[in-house]
Amino acid sequence: MSSAGTNPAQQARLARFRHRKVVNIVAITLSLGAMAFGLFWLTWILFETFRLGLGGLSIALFTEMTPPPNAETGGLANAIFGSLTMVLLATALGTPIGVLAGIYLAEYGAHTRLGKLTGFVNDILLSAPSIVVGLFVYALIVAQVKSFSGWAGVVALALLIIPVVIRTTDNMLKLVPNALREAAYALGSPKWKVIMGITLRAAQAGVVTGVLLAVARVAGETAPLLFTALSNQFWTSDLSQPMASLPVTIFKFAMSPFENWQKLAWAGVLLITLGVLALNILARVLFRNKN
Amino acid sequence: MSVPPSPTKRRSSRTADLVFEWMARLAAVVTLLLLAAIILALVVGAWPAIREYGLSFLWTSEWDPVQNKYGGLVMIYGTLMTSFVALLIAVPVSFGIALFLTELSPRWLRRPLGVAIELLAAVPSIVYGMWGLLVFGPILATYVQAPLQAAFGDVPYLGALFSGPPVGIGILAAGIILAIMIIPFIASVMRDVFEVTPPMLKESAYALGATTWEVVFRIVLPYTKAGVIGGIMLGLGRALGETMAVTFVIGNFNQLDSLSLFQAANSITSALANEFAEASEGLHQAALIYLGLVLFFITFVVLSLSKLLLSRLQKGEGVRT
Repeated sequence: MSSAGTNPAQQARLARFRHRKVVNIVAITLSLGAMAFGLFWLTWILFETFRLGLGGLSIALFTEMTPPPNAETGGLANAIFGSLTMVLLATALGTPIGVLAGIYLAEYGAHTRLGKLTGFVNDILLSAPSIVVGLFVYALIVAQVKSFSGWAGVVALALLIIPVVIRTTDNMLKLVPNALREAAYALGSPKWKVIMGITLRAAQAGVVTGVLLAVARVAGETAPLLFTALSNQFWTSDLSQPMASLPVTIFKFAMSPFENWQKLAWAGVLLITLGVLALNILARVLFRNKN
Repeated sequence: MSVPPSPTKRRSSRTADLVFEWMARLAAVVTLLLLAAIILALVVGAWPAIREYGLSFLWTSEWDPVQNKYGGLVMIYGTLMTSFVALLIAVPVSFGIALFLTELSPRWLRRPLGVAIELLAAVPSIVYGMWGLLVFGPILATYVQAPLQAAFGDVPYLGALFSGPPVGIGILAAGIILAIMIIPFIASVMRDVFEVTPPMLKESAYALGATTWEVVFRIVLPYTKAGVIGGIMLGLGRALGETMAVTFVIGNFNQLDSLSLFQAANSITSALANEFAEASEGLHQAALIYLGLVLFFITFVVLSLSKLLLSRLQKGEGVRT
């Protein structure tokens, strides 16, 4: 018998082993690289947002209206107010419908044809292009009343909130153990009381998380507002008028050549990023503490 | 012992039960009708253009609001091409991220890193757009496009992909930004489906001496292939429908002069974002809605496929194979 290095069969095996190890190391390195790639973009985008946005932050941002081009002063007060109003109203409109439909999917229709079909359709609506939702609301409302309006924007945003809330409500209710329901039934509670008092309450943290994530999503949405709420240079709290919103104002200002508009756009981008990230992190912390 | 509830009370609670059930059912039906209503509204809105052009709208490239002539080819090409570039980048990167999160990362790092990747999806698309136009575009032009052109510009066929002015705006820029935006969606689906692979399978392979790569590539990936493709489809659906980020960086150029990746182009979503609010009622608006209908149809098919593939996995994929 020859020693280790000289036997051809053994040599071939060693070569193959080395080859496998090299492939493995290459794969692991690439995987680390992919992770770094993902984190790199997040850091870069956040860094630039802060670097370019911080300069525009001031009290005037929250107190003054959007200025004309090349003006000395000006802020985003009307856009901030418009965004807050529309997002709040859309949440108030979309959440109850979403929660109710989610309850139907989890508690009533889990095995019915209607339930399965709705679940399927909802998952498609969840990822459907938001600009198409804008087109839909345009055809439904704006084209009928012949005017862009804040209400149309509210409806468009609500339509984007509903699928997110349905999906999380459904998922969270399905996580509630059946024993809890059975215990409540055994005490003689009617089904609606079981749902409202027991299962929905048990799933509360998850449902709230879902609503927060839905709000975070629509707060940054521009596309569905472009031809529903349009924009407005002035302060308005009349929702039957075109209404300014932060994303649409940023879009208009960022695409312009005027320096003061661009500066305000960066400040707006920073505000919106901070708001959306805060909502996301809040949602996650809330959910983890309850679980 | 408590007194049994009176008959009236029991009846009222049964009514409440029925009312509640019907309210829940109504909300579900409303969701269902929403999809039908969207399709109906788009078809009705697009009808003048559908009647005028029929399906030839899909392969006509002339888009001229002045002469009132419309064809959607440029926008449809832009949408498909940017999404294709995005997938080309996003799929391998997402796979790497999912591999890292499921097999390589120390346990305590998994959650924070997973959340960080998910936050990429939370950044509003307008932020991507503005950053892409004002920060990323110029850098892409100087450090990526110009060298690429210098290196491959003279190579036949390949050079055509990199022709045109390297201004950092166009299909390549839009594709890269879309890739960053859809990585979190694909990566988190891949991670979730990788995690459903039974540990016993993986441990058996490790025990036989398989390397990490072999376990992932030969055991985990075949076991979860339907889910992985479903995740990719989900990302594709997102990329096709993304509006703001693309509108900022694609260049909004309504002609199809070359197949270069540096070419400024237009996509369905950016055409809608730029033109719709100002479009005159009539054929221009109808043509834009027609584009929206085409977009909705494509994403509908892609997302349905995604959903079907993912639900197949949930039913216990790999049990029979």
